[in-house]
Amino acid sequence: MEIILSAAIGILATSGIWLLLRPRSFQVIIGLCLLSYAVNLFIFSMGRLAPGRPPIMPKGGFVDPSNYADPLPQALVLTAIVISFATTALFLVVLIASRGMTGTDHVDGKERSQ
Amino acid sequence: MAEQNLLSILAFLPFVASLALLSLSHNAHRAAAWVSGLTLAAGVAILLGFRQTIATHGSLRGNIEWVPSLGLDITLRLDGFSWLFTLLVLCIGILVVIYARYYMEGQDRMPRFFALLLAFTGAMQGILISGNILIMVVFWELTSIISFLLIGFWHQSGAARDGARTALMITALGGLCLLVAMLIVGNIVGSYDLETVLASGDLIRQSDLYGAALTLFLLGAFTKSAQFPFHFWLPGAMAAPTPVSAYLHSATMVKAGVFLLVRFSPAFGGTEAWFYAVAGTGMITMIVGAVIALFRHDLKGLLAYSTISHLGLITALAGIGGPMAIFAAIFHICNHAIFKASLFMTAGIIDHETGTRDMRKLSGLIRVMPITSVLAITAAASMAGMPLLNGFLSKEMFFAEAVDWHNGTWLDNALPYLAVIGSTFSVAYSLRFIVTVFFGPTATDLPQTPHEPTPWMRRPVEMLVLLCVVIGILPALTLEPILNVAAQAVLGPNTPEAHIAIWHGVNAPLLLSVVAIVVGTFIFLTTARTVPNGPEGPPLFHMIRAQKIYDWLQLQISWRWPRSVFRRIGTEELQPQLRILVMASVLFATAALWRNLHFAQDLRLNTPSPAFGLMWLVGAACAIGAAWQAKYHRFAALVLLGGAGLITCLTFVWFAAPDLAVTQLLVEVVTTVLLLLGLRWLPKRREEIVEDTLRPAKIRRFRDLVIAVIGGSGIAVIAYALMTRPLVPNVGDWFLGNAYYEGGGTNVVNVILVDFRAFDTFGEIGVLAIVGLTVYGLLRRFRPSAESVEQPEQQKITTQEHLTDYLYVPSVIMLWMFPLLIMVSAYFFFRGHDLPGGGFAAGVTMAIAFLLQYLATNVRWVEARITVLPIRWMGFGLLMAAGTGIGAWIFGYPFLTAYAQYVNLPVIGQVPAATAMLFDVGVFALVMGATVLMLIAIAHQSLRASRLREQDEEDRAAKAKKAALAEEGAKAGMKETA
Repeated sequence: MEIILSAAIGILATSGIWLLLRPRSFQVIIGLCLLSYAVNLFIFSMGRLAPGRPPIMPKGGFVDPSNYADPLPQALVLTAIVISFATTALFLVVLIASRGMTGTDHVDGKERSQ
Repeated sequence: MAEQNLLSILAFLPFVASLALLSLSHNAHRAAAWVSGLTLAAGVAILLGFRQTIATHGSLRGNIEWVPSLGLDITLRLDGFSWLFTLLVLCIGILVVIYARYYMEGQDRMPRFFALLLAFTGAMQGILISGNILIMVVFWELTSIISFLLIGFWHQSGAARDGARTALMITALGGLCLLVAMLIVGNIVGSYDLETVLASGDLIRQSDLYGAALTLFLLGAFTKSAQFPFHFWLPGAMAAPTPVSAYLHSATMVKAGVFLLVRFSPAFGGTEAWFYAVAGTGMITMIVGAVIALFRHDLKGLLAYSTISHLGLITALAGIGGPMAIFAAIFHICNHAIFKASLFMTAGIIDHETGTRDMRKLSGLIRVMPITSVLAITAAASMAGMPLLNGFLSKEMFFAEAVDWHNGTWLDNALPYLAVIGSTFSVAYSLRFIVTVFFGPTATDLPQTPHEPTPWMRRPVEMLVLLCVVIGILPALTLEPILNVAAQAVLGPNTPEAHIAIWHGVNAPLLLSVVAIVVGTFIFLTTARTVPNGPEGPPLFHMIRAQKIYDWLQLQISWRWPRSVFRRIGTEELQPQLRILVMASVLFATAALWRNLHFAQDLRLNTPSPAFGLMWLVGAACAIGAAWQAKYHRFAALVLLGGAGLITCLTFVWFAAPDLAVTQLLVEVVTTVLLLLGLRWLPKRREEIVEDTLRPAKIRRFRDLVIAVIGGSGIAVIAYALMTRPLVPNVGDWFLGNAYYEGGGTNVVNVILVDFRAFDTFGEIGVLAIVGLTVYGLLRRFRPSAESVEQPEQQKITTQEHLTDYLYVPSVIMLWMFPLLIMVSAYFFFRGHDLPGGGFAAGVTMAIAFLLQYLATNVRWVEARITVLPIRWMGFGLLMAAGTGIGAWIFGYPFLTAYAQYVNLPVIGQVPAATAMLFDVGVFALVMGATVLMLIAIAHQSLRASRLREQDEEDRAAKAKKAALAEEGAKAGMKETA
């Protein structure tokens, strides 16, 4: 299980980083999304991987924390998901505006000079 | 207690009044002047009320705790010295307000002017009465900033902007030095309290850091008081309106530096280094200022250099030290403020009435402006140190100190000579001012015909000149007792009392005065003809201008050097920057983990599930595919990205994170829609870009691939190592154990978000709001690129009839989903505290509900039917969240303390009703508002594009019509001629 998940994180990160280094703004935006998946999964996996034991408690009574998934990384990732949506939106707007002003979708606002 | 409160009122009243003034309408200059004058008068009244207390108790303290852990209190402290100085600042402030009221008559933005003036008074007063040296530095910097605004008040003029900027740069840099000095001193003494610091002079002088602290401290004081070689900002600041000059350069701003020198002389003074640095600099400044003043043609320029010279005199006195020197320094601070303020005001009156300040044009004014002239001549005589005027008395004391034996060093022996040289030139430039401006033939070529000013404009000058004379004749009755209290406040209660007498008999100081007057007159007479035709500076030395050196330095430091460094090591291209960033993080991670990354002996493993493996096979294919296709097949890449997102979402489900799964799924939807909306504005790309097939591009791609693979596999290894390590108990366990009892909810993730770590969430929704507004703001300015304005091809090939029926069934379904989605959203929201859901999920769901309406129909259709006010929702959300947090204060708990209880509702049953729920309402409203705002803002671009298109067509039609008409007209014309 762990090896699959870490391989998955690795592949998402690789694709993300590769796209991040590309010249077209749309590539970069997709790269950022992929990278944010990787990072979210990475942070999430720092807690216990506890299939089928969500951090939802019975009402009252004594609880043994080790019977549940770790809620803290989950809380961190939850806000991260929403914020990464916001940054994607912001970047998209910068992309559109830069395209409108410079006439190209190259990240530097001009085509690579030969 | 009452006195403490009065002290606080004294300190903060100018700022409050300043804010109030800003709310006045821009032409309410009379009201503004009254408010300012009365505010300052109230300050004077409070001060006079304190007089008895100060005289008997020595000092008065007020304390407001601010950051006790850092030793940072807002301590106010008033003693004899600061009392006298504050009184001076406020009284001259009142006179300047009266003067400005008439001088600036008819000017624009007067409430703003008076507001700045008051704020400046407040800041200056803050330096004087703060009892904590860090707070003092804060006020110190505040005077720099407000003086920048005041000097640059006429910001239309380039000279004003330059002068203001130079003043700010020099004084603010000095302020930074001062801050560091104060931190060092605080460190040495162990307290930032002014009284403690002043009492620990021995400790400071014996410290190893004394040299550094002294240097930095003096840099602060010298820059503010325009001491050589930092003097040049002061003449540049003359571009300010004259009332500002009269205030800043007489009683305030520049006096702050000498105030500091006098105030801290018990702490820093008494050493040889202090004597050389302070007395030496003071003497140099005094002579340089006086010599240059003689050569200036501008009235205000002459006064500016004269101010520099007199500040040098006071600095020298502070450097000499000892009871008499400090007494003389305080005395001269008062005298100089009085005569210099009046002289600046007179210069302003002359400028106002004649239209020029050039001494080469002005002449014979005594015949047309007799009263003003007499006033100015008296004040200038005081400046020159003529007997029976106040300037004479303090100058005599200065001479006495210069002649006295102090430490027998060469500087001490040279003091009398230097003092005489300085005052000789002082006499010479005062004479030049008096003789050229007021005597001689009546000037004829003035821009305006001069006459006496409005009486009220002259009143402040009259008051000040009257003071010059009264103090000059009756010093013992007027200032002497107050000065003694002030000197005792600086040097301790055992300081011997000084006496000011007009006649001491024939002694060394008197002889020096006579020498200065005689030689000064002689210098004036010999230069009277040559100076007006010469350059504005002493022979030869006028080539070296401190201002020019400063400009050159500034150009180098702030423009040339950074640019040359940037050219060498920087780039404006994003790709190399990102590459460096990625490689640096890989390097740092490797360096940090090298030999430190261990795999656990006994790997903690879950049994692999083939289904999970298959799932990620698809996920990996999607991720790689998205990376592969993102350049030429954006839509495909987008779909593949969604695939990877869905698999991520399923992973959250698999590993028991239902909240994450819900949020991820919903956000996935909006992200995809968002990107789809964005696709419309990107350039078409069907053909291979030629360059991509070239060798360099291939090399680049390969290099990036290597970097990416290294980075990705690194992350994978770290993730694996961490996932398989043995568990350690962490704070998450505490959350699990206490969520129900402390937070009143069973969904621990939600309880963490809205209760335990609600403050973090508050910050995060704040970020979301900022991003939403930024997106909105950016798009309001955005103009789509010309080639994207055209109708998309897909729309061109379909006819209008097809368009109306386009996706008819899905759109009907989407319309009907609206209420359903609202219900789902509500469901998510209410179960959030106990079961997966919550404000984030509910907010995004609600946003999707709105979004679907836009998708199903079109912008115009939706906005004709539903009023969506995303910005208000966002505001409401933030207020709600903050309000819930503040609500806890009412019950005496810290910000955002939650209270939880279950409430029994009829029909529905037990419902968790925690105050955290209200906070979650805020989260919900904000998330919804921000998401809708961003999506709508982007969607509206299409509307704008179509509007542009329509306008284009109309323009074209109109043009065609015009052309047709013109053609017809031409034809008709031809017919007629035919």
